[in-house]
Amino acid sequence: MIPPSFEYHRPSTVDEAVGLLSSLGSEAKILAGGHSLLPMMKLRFAQPEHLVDINRIPELKGVRVVGDDIVIGAMTSENAVIADPVLNEKVPLLPEAAKLIADPQVRNRGTIGGDIAHGDPANDHPALALACDAVMTIAGPNGKRQVPASEFFLGTYWTALEESDILTEITVKAFPPGAGYSYKKLKRKTGDWATAACAVVIAMSGGAVSHIRITLTNLGPTALRAHEAESILMGQHVSDALIRQAAEQAMEICDPAEDLRGDAEYKTAMAGQMVQRAIHDALSKAS
Amino acid sequence: MAKQIVKMTLNGQQIEQLVDSRTLLVHFLREQMSLTGAHIGCETSHCGACTVDIDGESVKACTHLAVQCDGSDVKTVEGLAEAGALHAVQEAFYEEHGLQCGFCTPGMLMRSYRFLQENPNPTEDEIRLGLSGNLCRCTGYQNIVKAVQSAAIKLQQKESATA
Repeated sequence: MIPPSFEYHRPSTVDEAVGLLSSLGSEAKILAGGHSLLPMMKLRFAQPEHLVDINRIPELKGVRVVGDDIVIGAMTSENAVIADPVLNEKVPLLPEAAKLIADPQVRNRGTIGGDIAHGDPANDHPALALACDAVMTIAGPNGKRQVPASEFFLGTYWTALEESDILTEITVKAFPPGAGYSYKKLKRKTGDWATAACAVVIAMSGGAVSHIRITLTNLGPTALRAHEAESILMGQHVSDALIRQAAEQAMEICDPAEDLRGDAEYKTAMAGQMVQRAIHDALSKAS
Repeated sequence: MAKQIVKMTLNGQQIEQLVDSRTLLVHFLREQMSLTGAHIGCETSHCGACTVDIDGESVKACTHLAVQCDGSDVKTVEGLAEAGALHAVQEAFYEEHGLQCGFCTPGMLMRSYRFLQENPNPTEDEIRLGLSGNLCRCTGYQNIVKAVQSAAIKLQQKESATA
């Protein structure tokens, strides 16, 4: 399978890339890691006339600390996320979860920004971004703007990105001291998308929950944040019964698409299991 | 014009070729450079039979454009043996019978070659995770894992002999 013909462009700065996207219009697509776009092009689900390859833009790669913020370049590969010392120390959920994405070769090419910008509810970083209260930095023809993860994912393959925009950075805060975290992903095999997955970040104070995020992958048209499930645990001394109650509440918001991984009922049931396992695992890491 | 001049180092040789933008690296290697070691298996970045090394990283050549390799250092299984001598990874796969039909072998070799540089002294679990992007339809994984373990020892001995 060979992709349809296109013109190839390789800008070396974000400004140049935005300029190209603005002048080429709707017929241009951004090529990041290419592991979603190239397969779609082979199948003719996407037939862009122009590809703007942003792999050679140095400013889009790597992780840096700016004050309290941890700024992750959108073109940072999954393997770079896994290896990054700052992320491992301050936001360890991201490297831990990235190990569950695709396989070693694909993680060399796949990027955190590509995973987010694609808008596929099966991708893992959207739920992780919601769990980390991430903020997306977007460069467009009118300059830069920031959009919180909670306002970024609008629908399946639909995000806050406009036609000529590039997602440039993902900014997160360090987890609260002693926070526990977990990403539980049920998948059939290496490289598969989640049948159901759940990210949890939890912090305790005086034996009660002082911070909690519960977010879900591939269980609706976008990644989901289970606000009401969080409310069940917030401020409480956690018990198995409360965790089960939170999981049942999280299942209420699930609306998964039926596919070869299972029907909606099965996926929703597995969501409940993933929520319980992720909360237990996160609590075991919290101090 | 959708054609581009691409310059790269391919198995140690400088090359310059005119490439159609849409040509995937695996097709460029096999059809334009007559290097048929990288195999076309699934074409969907799952099976790993097309694995090559680009700038020190394992990449699936079925999901990478040849034009993206401009300025890169690319190594295929044809570049693994040096001066007529098999690479330690190749020797180990031969000795441990780390192949059955052989279709996945070029990808297994190229991934093992890079993996043992990333992790020179791996556990069995680490080998299985490190090679999890390569599928063997004969399911000959036991001997593949043994071959990687054997290659690790060979490479460590080589390292200590030259140290």
